[in-house]
Amino acid sequence: MSRIGVFICHCGENIGGTVDCEKVAETAAKYPGVAYSVDYKYMCSDPGQNMIKDAIKEHKLTGVVVAACSPRMHEPTFRKAVSEAGINPFLCEMANLREHCSWVHLKDDSTTEKAEELVKVLVEKVKRNQPLEPIKVPVTKTALVLGGGIAGIQAALDIANSGHKVIMIEKSPSIGGHMSQLSETFPTLDCSQCILTPRMVEVAQHPNITLYTYAELVGLDGFIGNFQASIKLKAKSIDHDICNGCGDCIAKCPIKKIPDEFNAGLGTRTAVYVPFPQAVPNKPVIDRENCTYFTRDGKCGLCAKVCTKGAIDYSQKDEIITIDVGAVVVATGFDIKGTDFFPEYGYGRYKDVITGLQFERLASASGPTLGEIKRPSDGKVPQNIVFIACAGSRDPAKGIEYCSKICCMYTAKHAMLYKHKVHQGKASVFYMDIRAGGKMYEEFVRRAIEEDDVNYIRGRVSRIYEKNGKLIVKGVDTLLDAYPVEIEADMVVLATAGIANEGSEELAQSLHISYDQHNFFAEAHPKLKPVETNTAGIMLAGACQSPKDIPDSVSQASGAAVKVAALFSKDELTRDPLIAYVNRCGPPTYSTCVGCFLCVSVCPYLAIEKEQIKDRNGNLIKEVAKINPGLCQGCGTCVALCRSKSIDIYGYSHSQVFAEVMALFNERSLENV
Amino acid sequence: MHDQNIVEALRPVLKHKVKENTEEDIMLCYQCGKCSAGCPLIDEMDIAPNQILRMLQTEIPELEEKVLKSLAIWLCLACEQCYSRCPKDVDLPKIMDYLRAESIRRDLVNPKAKEILAFHKSFLDSVRLTGKLYEIGLIAGYKMRTMHLLQDVNVAPTMYFNGKLNLFPSQVKNKKAIKRIFEKALREEENK
Repeated sequence: MSRIGVFICHCGENIGGTVDCEKVAETAAKYPGVAYSVDYKYMCSDPGQNMIKDAIKEHKLTGVVVAACSPRMHEPTFRKAVSEAGINPFLCEMANLREHCSWVHLKDDSTTEKAEELVKVLVEKVKRNQPLEPIKVPVTKTALVLGGGIAGIQAALDIANSGHKVIMIEKSPSIGGHMSQLSETFPTLDCSQCILTPRMVEVAQHPNITLYTYAELVGLDGFIGNFQASIKLKAKSIDHDICNGCGDCIAKCPIKKIPDEFNAGLGTRTAVYVPFPQAVPNKPVIDRENCTYFTRDGKCGLCAKVCTKGAIDYSQKDEIITIDVGAVVVATGFDIKGTDFFPEYGYGRYKDVITGLQFERLASASGPTLGEIKRPSDGKVPQNIVFIACAGSRDPAKGIEYCSKICCMYTAKHAMLYKHKVHQGKASVFYMDIRAGGKMYEEFVRRAIEEDDVNYIRGRVSRIYEKNGKLIVKGVDTLLDAYPVEIEADMVVLATAGIANEGSEELAQSLHISYDQHNFFAEAHPKLKPVETNTAGIMLAGACQSPKDIPDSVSQASGAAVKVAALFSKDELTRDPLIAYVNRCGPPTYSTCVGCFLCVSVCPYLAIEKEQIKDRNGNLIKEVAKINPGLCQGCGTCVALCRSKSIDIYGYSHSQVFAEVMALFNERSLENV
Repeated sequence: MHDQNIVEALRPVLKHKVKENTEEDIMLCYQCGKCSAGCPLIDEMDIAPNQILRMLQTEIPELEEKVLKSLAIWLCLACEQCYSRCPKDVDLPKIMDYLRAESIRRDLVNPKAKEILAFHKSFLDSVRLTGKLYEIGLIAGYKMRTMHLLQDVNVAPTMYFNGKLNLFPSQVKNKKAIKRIFEKALREEENK
């Protein structure tokens, strides 16, 4: 015989203001199986919890219903309280009288009646609750970091410094990411490479970090604490164990006209190449798509001839390795949207209309002009330069609807760098709003305007066209009642939108994490879980989540690293045992499962596998479904689909749910039928 | 083309002249509009005070001329409400004062402001001659300049019998000092 305790919380005025809690407690006391019922102002307070503990002992309760707020708020609180009083925590349930009743209805008798019914339903459920034990799973204390930009570097170093192993994979031949392409950084104007390269070297030298460059993730199986990552190591065609990075092969390579990705297409590189002088590792790879040896069946081979170490190995093949990891930090970064969708700005048509990233390379000492601002068409120093912010951002019609966040700041920086290098030059910025929220950011933008005399004009440029060798930029000053502005520019820089990487959708699908409508990876909660994903054990860092500047990327990476370190601080993980299971019974049926395996195809967590039931002699009797308790998240999709009702779910069994529904059929509800 | 650039480079930019003469930096203004929002004469002005600063920020000659031709610079009372509330501490009345002087120098004074200018001149005549405000002298000078001979004549007797209009000017003791002040100001004006 059940002895259920019912505890009604007023939640101050939140519930008590709308629901007659005393009456609910009186009614609940009369429900069959209820041994004790009481109401109190704040059940979650210490005295409230003590009331529950005392009642469990005094009235020898076998189950508890707390009628209060959402179980998302206080279920852990009350489950802990009942376990301290000596009963299994899974025998405590919460009826949601706040979000599901008092907050959404007016003060009325019918509201109190609804509250009574919510309690009644939960009483019927708790009567059928079983004591459950948390699931324990082991943890592999190695983290996988995807991407070697500043976010990945920071996360890897933080995890490695807390004493755990890290595998970092980077798809390009060097780590460093977009930050290595930047000239100087806002708001301090310190050199990007100077602050980044020590971190890159630290990654390469760290005893806890294994670095795989020129590598890609091809698949991820398993679950939190127990992932198996398949990684493709692309053939570098050079044995990096032998290569000493002398660069003779690069000097002799006859294919020299490949657009240089690192210089955002402004320079050229060879087919065997190191992306930039401070690359880590500083050893070349052969780009097989452009190398004559691979495109013309073994012709050329010059690099192999000049290599004194014999490190060139054309026969290398792509290799796939599998590594066990316990957690994953996704730090794959972002991309720059092209401006081909903006024909009125003439990008691609006019050589001197460039992107912000290209301007970074022009201003960088390691760039194609060695840091001198020279325009791409004829190498002249532009005397009149125009920057256009929001080139693609905040433009739902042609570009993207969101704000790319970093452009206001880097545009101010670009204009400033230009003025510092070309003192007599004129710099103008077309903008819609200046979004400079951040430490020292507003001051930085004001410095560009007030000290460096950058001409800020509020308004979107309508078009750019060429006339007498000048780029005519047409806009209006909306601060002057749309006064027409026409600037004869020598060069135009477009602050193009930051977008998700190509292939990020496929990557999200292979990681089983969510992504938003713009293909940026989705956090588990926009405010309270900004670094976790919906898949336990996979964290986010940096601009793969949304466009971010360096300080934000680094902060998030450190946050992700702490989440990983916390996960690795235990040898075993515990989780709620509210998972599905396939029933088992004695011979001759063994299980009511008929082996249709519809459940296998619908399981979003790939938690269901086939199991063979064999007799003593090893003969196959039956093939049935089996649920991996480590992977199952208890979503219930398989339960709903199972044709023979062979799958049930702990804590939400068929018998419990049916009892809840039946409890609602009282005299009043039948009258209304 | 080349020559035009030189002409352009040599042209005195009005906002730079404002800075040289008043030490006020027009680029500090970020167009929040608080000055115009609080200005007691905004309804009478042809260009709002914040717009005057924006027009000078652009360095566009056409807009600079429009500012100097405006009535607004003459309507400004220098009540300093804008200045006391400006988040960037821009002394707008000081700038307005300079713009008025520049408007006179370039002969761009708004026709509607001729009377205001006449009043300013008559006032200064009175101060130069007596060191003080000599009401009848001021009124006479103003009426001669504007030819508004009968304006407000009906209030004169009441003012006279209440002792508000003295027939003879009272003089300051040290008239040499006044002379020195005027000479210094005129010398500076010639150097501009």
